[in-house]
Amino acid sequence: MSEVSYIQRRNRPLQYYALIYLAFLYIPVLFLPLFSFNDSIYVAFPLKSFTLKWYEQMFANEPMFAALMNSIRVGVVTSVIATFLGIFAAKAVTRYRMPGRAPVVSFIMLPLVIPGIIFGVALLILMSRLGIRLSLYTITLGHILICVPFAMATLIPRFEGFDKSIEEASADLGENMWWTFWRVTFPMVFPGIIASLLLCFTISFDEFIMAFFLSGTDPTLPLFMWGQLRFPAKLPGVLALGSLILAVSFFVVFFSQWVRTRGIRTQTPSGE
Amino acid sequence: MSNGTAVAGAIAEPRRTLRAGLGALFMRSEALRGYSLLSPTLLIMAFGICIPFAILITMSFWTQQGFDFDTTLSVRNYSKAFEHPVYEALMLRSLAISGICTIATVVLSYPMAYYVAFHVHRHKMIWIILMTLPFWTSYLLRVFAWKIILGYNGAINSGLKGLGLIDQPLEFLLYSQTAVVITLAHAWAAFAILPMYVSLEKIDRTLLEAATDLGDGPVARFLRVTLPLSLPGIIAATLILFIPIVGDYITPALLGGPDGMMIGNMIQAQFGKVNNWPMGSALAIGMMLIVAACALTFMFVTRKAKEYIA
Repeated sequence: MSEVSYIQRRNRPLQYYALIYLAFLYIPVLFLPLFSFNDSIYVAFPLKSFTLKWYEQMFANEPMFAALMNSIRVGVVTSVIATFLGIFAAKAVTRYRMPGRAPVVSFIMLPLVIPGIIFGVALLILMSRLGIRLSLYTITLGHILICVPFAMATLIPRFEGFDKSIEEASADLGENMWWTFWRVTFPMVFPGIIASLLLCFTISFDEFIMAFFLSGTDPTLPLFMWGQLRFPAKLPGVLALGSLILAVSFFVVFFSQWVRTRGIRTQTPSGE
Repeated sequence: MSNGTAVAGAIAEPRRTLRAGLGALFMRSEALRGYSLLSPTLLIMAFGICIPFAILITMSFWTQQGFDFDTTLSVRNYSKAFEHPVYEALMLRSLAISGICTIATVVLSYPMAYYVAFHVHRHKMIWIILMTLPFWTSYLLRVFAWKIILGYNGAINSGLKGLGLIDQPLEFLLYSQTAVVITLAHAWAAFAILPMYVSLEKIDRTLLEAATDLGDGPVARFLRVTLPLSLPGIIAATLILFIPIVGDYITPALLGGPDGMMIGNMIQAQFGKVNNWPMGSALAIGMMLIVAACALTFMFVTRKAKEYIA
């Protein structure tokens, strides 16, 4: 491949621009960990001495752990249900010729373009009219609705990516629909399922505005942090917590990318 | 196993023909099978989207009376929303902030997407991960980071003071529309890059070589080949940013101050301390219609422009 042609010769200014852009993307976020190790209740320069006490305090913070557990519970249930629904939908729209497929798919994708605040108040009104008490369940319901489109968008390329005739071969060899799914389809789309679970979990874990409207007495982690932001004394604690969340989500992203690229790599030889 | 099926088959004998008939119909109709597989998802999404929005629309025609609702239908909320200058001002400000922010982010992110699509050959995956990583981290934390930077005693002010460049903290940094625009641009950058990167990456490189062979210089080639072909990505990025930013709540609440309040904050207030849910519903519907109108106009104009160029 003649990659370095006269069209693609190096462009120094553009390269510098790209580096500056990345710096703009990352430097603001890096202030969180920086100040989380700073031994001062005020978030300001000059930095005082290095400390781990905000982290120590954080680990003794009971309400925070309760909120963390709430978020994890909501996230796990949301990602499992949304991915499950996504699998059904992705298989249906990729495997069968259905009239009206395109409008149905765009309908399911609708939550992607509805502003979260509007979806949130709409669900809030519904819950209050039905007399359903707001709780972690209502938050989970809201999160499922916004996660299904993401699950579907992640899974459809996976289903499109492998040959339908493999499934047909399995059926011809005497497997019924369910066994074909478990023994052929499921292993093939497995990386997509993992990616979808991770994506839905992260979205639910970070989601604020819907949870803001749909929460009862138990807060999720973003709601807990939001509550803490009002008290200047709690600020360093939030910084420590935020830094930890950043570190974990960076790790999760790299892990999921690794899973995805690995899945694609093992699949390409058979595809060609 | 075959033994078991035989027994089961013998028991089910009388019903067999009917079931086989229905089964055959089911198996023959591809659409039926597809829709039955799709039905759990479709039903949940249909209930989850249609019912809340039907109730939201209904409530927007009600009136708040104390802690109760007057359920006679009226358009009072809408006429109030249009006549009251506060709502109009907030709506216009939200559209303006979102518009400026969207244009700035798209224009600034385009070269980045271009660079990764055309000038990165090795370790492309790492660049893509680096560009999209912020998208995966908490939105609340990204916004909060800017509060630390721009704050009255924040990183910029305390840093400049420490260096002896200023005596008084710069007050315009926090609690202003500028702060809101900067923060939103940063928070949504990854969403702008991705669609533009995808459409740039898809451009057939041989077209660029053809343009060069036919005598176009780098600038003409960019304007006549690369830019038009990446237009779908630019349009997608614009819509992906503009629509949600108009209704953003967190950023103006944390960094806007009274001057940087947006329509999302007003809607939230109606459901919170103002406690006028019907008014809040009307504002939500109004905002959605206006945003949809803007998006459709934008799509229409760009399509016409494209036809005109082509």
